[in-house]
Amino acid sequence: MTDLRADHLPPSGAPVRLWGRALKSRSLVLGAALTLIFVLAALVSFLWTPFDVTGIDIANKIKGPSARNPLGTDHFGRDILSMIMVGARVSIAVAFVAVGIGMAFGVPLGLWAAARKGSLLDEVIMRGNDLVFAFPSLVIAILITAIFGPSAVNAIVAIGIFNIPVFARLTRSGALTLWQKDYVLAARVAGKGAARISVEHILPNVTNLLIVQGTIQFSLGILAEAGLSYVGLGAQPPTPSWGRMLAESQTMISFAPHMALFPGLAILLTVLGLNLMGDGLRDLFDPKLRGRS
Amino acid sequence: MTNRFTTVGLAGGLIFGASVAFAQQADITIGQQLEPPHLDPTSAAAGAIDQVVYSNIFEGLTRFGPDGSVGPGLARSWDVSEDGLTYTFHLAEGVKFHDGTTMDAEDVVFSLNRARAEDSANAQKALFAGITDVVATDAATVTVTLSNPDGAFPFKMAWGDAVIVAPESIDGIKTTPIGTGAFMFDNWVEGDRIELKKNPEYWGEPAMLDAVTFKFISDPTAAFASMMAEDVDVFAAFPAPENLPQFDADPRFKVLVGSTEGETILAINNKQAPFDNVKVREAVAHAINRQEIIDGAQFGYGTPIGTHFAPHNPDYVDLTGQSGYDPEKAKMLLEEAGVTLPLKVKMTLPPPSYARRGGEIIAAQLRQVGIEAQIENVEWAQWLEGTFRGKDYALTIVSHTEPMDINIYARPDYYFQYDNADFQALIAKIDVESDPAARSEMFKQAQQVIADDYVNAYLFQLPLITVAKAGVEGLWENAPTQAADMTAVHWAE
Repeated sequence: MTDLRADHLPPSGAPVRLWGRALKSRSLVLGAALTLIFVLAALVSFLWTPFDVTGIDIANKIKGPSARNPLGTDHFGRDILSMIMVGARVSIAVAFVAVGIGMAFGVPLGLWAAARKGSLLDEVIMRGNDLVFAFPSLVIAILITAIFGPSAVNAIVAIGIFNIPVFARLTRSGALTLWQKDYVLAARVAGKGAARISVEHILPNVTNLLIVQGTIQFSLGILAEAGLSYVGLGAQPPTPSWGRMLAESQTMISFAPHMALFPGLAILLTVLGLNLMGDGLRDLFDPKLRGRS
Repeated sequence: MTNRFTTVGLAGGLIFGASVAFAQQADITIGQQLEPPHLDPTSAAAGAIDQVVYSNIFEGLTRFGPDGSVGPGLARSWDVSEDGLTYTFHLAEGVKFHDGTTMDAEDVVFSLNRARAEDSANAQKALFAGITDVVATDAATVTVTLSNPDGAFPFKMAWGDAVIVAPESIDGIKTTPIGTGAFMFDNWVEGDRIELKKNPEYWGEPAMLDAVTFKFISDPTAAFASMMAEDVDVFAAFPAPENLPQFDADPRFKVLVGSTEGETILAINNKQAPFDNVKVREAVAHAINRQEIIDGAQFGYGTPIGTHFAPHNPDYVDLTGQSGYDPEKAKMLLEEAGVTLPLKVKMTLPPPSYARRGGEIIAAQLRQVGIEAQIENVEWAQWLEGTFRGKDYALTIVSHTEPMDINIYARPDYYFQYDNADFQALIAKIDVESDPAARSEMFKQAQQVIADDYVNAYLFQLPLITVAKAGVEGLWENAPTQAADMTAVHWAE
């Protein structure tokens, strides 16, 4: 088993082969394309949107898709396409930073726990993780934003905290197998300390795992942000957010379905894209797992 | 477990429904958004309490009619002395509380003394402030002595806060209210519903329904769904005006649009810089386009107002022109006031859709003149604590649903912190004036004063939107006070 995982250290010719395989993977290409569309939409929104998203134009409220507003207008006459573009910015930013928080705290904790396997410290870290896992994340996120006030920043923190145990566990389990490797043994014999081995030998070899998990957590982060915004605890108006667009269109769904449909599709496609990309990346980095899930 | 009970209940309901299918339906389910915190109208300001108990469970000496007029309640008639200082109320005879005890003059004395006592928890103590003495002359006669003549005393006694309660049952009033009304309290499933049943020994015209259920549905989408599914027969103060065209088009339902006493205002903290400057407040008023708010937030349902007074009141003065939409003027005023733009302020918004949606529109309108209003959405509890009691806000939107409440501007410690000695003197004068013409004149004057001082930005009068099944009759179309008076409600033949 151990020697089969040698592909964690690809030989020098590997990047070319990796790209070739990547382009052949349908789920990876499709997932990356979907993700890219929304990332681009978010980036473009900084420079240009078809309409001003904070501009209220009551005379044009609740119009279906037209040449002027390709995705129609909402109950304040705002352009839904523009709102989805700016909303992508919020969703992506929240999910990105939340994953960042999860990695920044979770990975070192996981490495640390693995380096001191079986010690009291390992127990404390891992049981601490279990404790965080034991709480329903969205409920705690609601609690945090309810106490500190609803805002995008608090949503990021709330979602980020629940990413920490995910990355800590993943890193620890990945690192534990690596600690058995001969090259780690060699490094220890050479006199390197646990911290240095963790950074120089363990971390580079769990990166693939982290990228795959990061992609999945990213999609969960987008869902969580949409959920918090939906209950009014995410980004505050007038900043558009997909979840709040859904919440606001709720009572109008019977006569203006486009108001709920498009933000709903945006959430669906982004999450789908990220999940496909995550699957594709996992297959790519770890071909043995292809076809399993 | 719960599921099984529901199923049993459902089956029971079906059997029951089948057996009485040929008889006249005699029960009704009313949906409303807010659940009352408890059921004592004499010790809390929450309008949801009156919505359930007013005139159904509890009655006062006088009562509001559907048109806002004040008529006899437990007091069938009253005399006023020459000097206007003594009111003699003649009580209805043979009235019994729901627990079987007799309602007599002693209960009236108890109720009024309890409400005006030093340690009274009554939310409207001002109603009783003029009383110096309450005496039970005999079992059916009560004499009230006032410190000053007060033509509005019968009006004050019609409020839900002035209902008659019994010393025997006062301890349990919050959970098992015992009144004299045509309905008696039956059951309260917290978080879901309150059930009332007909009082078979009612002293007056008996209720036409056997049972009334108040169901609490806070979410507008759920309100729409429950109405459409006919889970509720009536929805009082329907929260989603955007759905009304659908109900209108559906022959199963009817939509009643009436007036309320709810002046919806953009309240301004008059003590907080730069809003302590009247010019800045005037600028805010001119930056606001009322029609856009009514169309955008209320889907057209609402009457613009220019002062804190209900437009259906005969004394109302239309002052909307004085604070008309004029963004250029607003910018000029801000410049005159020496405000550095953009001016960043906080706007706190409670949950109702008029506030949440109206707030977003107002924020966009204020942005046009250089005021950046940062929206903070809060729940009612937070709003009451932080904004209303704590006065920690700059701007907020709320509807003031009490009738004739312009006197709140005479309270310098009220949350908008408006402190004008002349206005306070004027309200004090109105309080002691009993000549209707003079009162009317002074009310008009008061409306002008607060409009001139631009205390708040006055937006619109909140409509009362009731959605009901087509066969329901006898509902109040207007809301002269917060109430869902069920005593005359019945199903059409």
